[in-house]
Amino acid sequence: MTRWFPDGMPQPLADSEAVAWWEAAAEHRLVVQRCTDCAHTRLPPAPICPECRSDGSEWHEVSGRGEIYSYTVVHRPIALDQQVPFVIAVVALEGAGGVRMISNIVDADPDELSIGLALEVAWEDMSDDLAIPRFRIVR
Amino acid sequence: MTEPARRAHLVGVGETRYTKWGKIGDVTEHALACEAIKKAVADAGLSMDDVDGLASFAEDRNEAIFLAAEFGLPELRFANMVWMPGGGGTCAAVSNASMAVETGQAEVVVVYRSLCQGQYFRFGQGGPPRAAPPADAPPPTVQPASSMMLASIGFTMPYGLLNAAAAYALPTRRHMHLYGTTTEQLGMIAVTFREHASRNPRAVMGSRPMTLEDHQKAPMIADPHRLFDCCLESDGACAVVVTTAERARDLAKRPVEVLSSAQGTPKGYAFGPFSNANIADEIYATGGCESMAKRLYARAGVGPADIDVAQIYDHFTGCVLMQLEDYGFCKRGEGGPFVESGALAWQGGSLPTNTHGGSLSEAYIHGLNHVVEGVRSLRGESTSQVEDAEVCLVTAGACVPSSALILGRR
Repeated sequence: MTRWFPDGMPQPLADSEAVAWWEAAAEHRLVVQRCTDCAHTRLPPAPICPECRSDGSEWHEVSGRGEIYSYTVVHRPIALDQQVPFVIAVVALEGAGGVRMISNIVDADPDELSIGLALEVAWEDMSDDLAIPRFRIVR
Repeated sequence: MTEPARRAHLVGVGETRYTKWGKIGDVTEHALACEAIKKAVADAGLSMDDVDGLASFAEDRNEAIFLAAEFGLPELRFANMVWMPGGGGTCAAVSNASMAVETGQAEVVVVYRSLCQGQYFRFGQGGPPRAAPPADAPPPTVQPASSMMLASIGFTMPYGLLNAAAAYALPTRRHMHLYGTTTEQLGMIAVTFREHASRNPRAVMGSRPMTLEDHQKAPMIADPHRLFDCCLESDGACAVVVTTAERARDLAKRPVEVLSSAQGTPKGYAFGPFSNANIADEIYATGGCESMAKRLYARAGVGPADIDVAQIYDHFTGCVLMQLEDYGFCKRGEGGPFVESGALAWQGGSLPTNTHGGSLSEAYIHGLNHVVEGVRSLRGESTSQVEDAEVCLVTAGACVPSSALILGRR
């Protein structure tokens, strides 16, 4: 089990809409929310489709591949014993209808990063109940 | 349309001393709010007995009902906090106060912001580094979010996206990718505002000159943001008095008219790049203000070419650059060459900007000091005065739901 970030990193805060997303993540399933009426996909989870205002939705599992949409290399630690610099990225998810998510890029030299670079999910088990989807460069 | 006699005017400004965060410990943030309000009312030539409205933004801790009681206001008829988060609401607070006086809900509204980051917490770091949990702490898991804002940032916090320097690096990095914007161009913004601050005795960084080399050598905070791309963290307070044209006519200082005000947020924007990875591609590498800017100009009956001086919310240099495009001073993607041309300079620039030094060099009072400087620059009182300035753009925080003003001297 690989760990990249310390236990002191902020824990997710979820309303009732997002709990199921984190439950899927705990099983290493990366999902996006898809409208059952118009098939528009969305993240973060929300009760209403912003395109057709339907309240029907389902969880659509995606491949875990994606690419860098934007990123920043952060030189200030968030938690004690955290290695810096670390990378925060906007990841455009493959097969997700254009949905992006915030995540980290791990096992990468900041100098090799560029927008458009292909990524794949790398799950970090913070505990039995919490897995965080981080990403690594496809090599 | 508002009847001419009730058109909103800014008639008084006031501020306390401005310092580096944590340096004001002898008085409270609350007392500073009172000091700024009193000074602004005195500057207008009004009495506190004339004040019947109070307005603020950005979760200011000094609630209007208590201030009204403390000041012994005869009657509080209007109090307002803006719905937009943080510095995006600065100009909206003035806008809402203007609506109050224009509709007759109130006669004299004071807009105020008091901010002592040292007495509460520093915004810039997103809190101190978290200690390791104790050995007997329960394992990390998903915690309940008690509000929509916490649910929103709670979805991105686990990745360490906790401070603004990292959040707004994301659209700025994409802007650099799309258009070839450079760190030197960002640095020009910081250097220009620092030069303006050198004449401003209130400016926290007034006696600290900066060269482009200094900017390039500064430590990296969140790439591409170096230290001097990030605004100051300050202690201080300021206030602005809003009243009607009729009332403004007989007061102490030359009144400044609110030609137009606007507030808003584009479709799907939510809290902006701080928590939202799914802002539409067409507006991701922008300040999110373009559609609002069009409304703002249309209501004032002016365009970008008519702006003599601008006070642009400068939490980060990249956000300034993207706003210059949003507000139509150059085409999308051309902000870099525009600032490189020296456009923002007080002397010789086509758009003298942040003549007080801005949040990068005067102080970070959540941008209300930009409204104060907007008033001064049209009264002829700026320490970097643009000659014969008649129309001033003031913007609030971009890359969040935002607001703006066009001020005029007729």
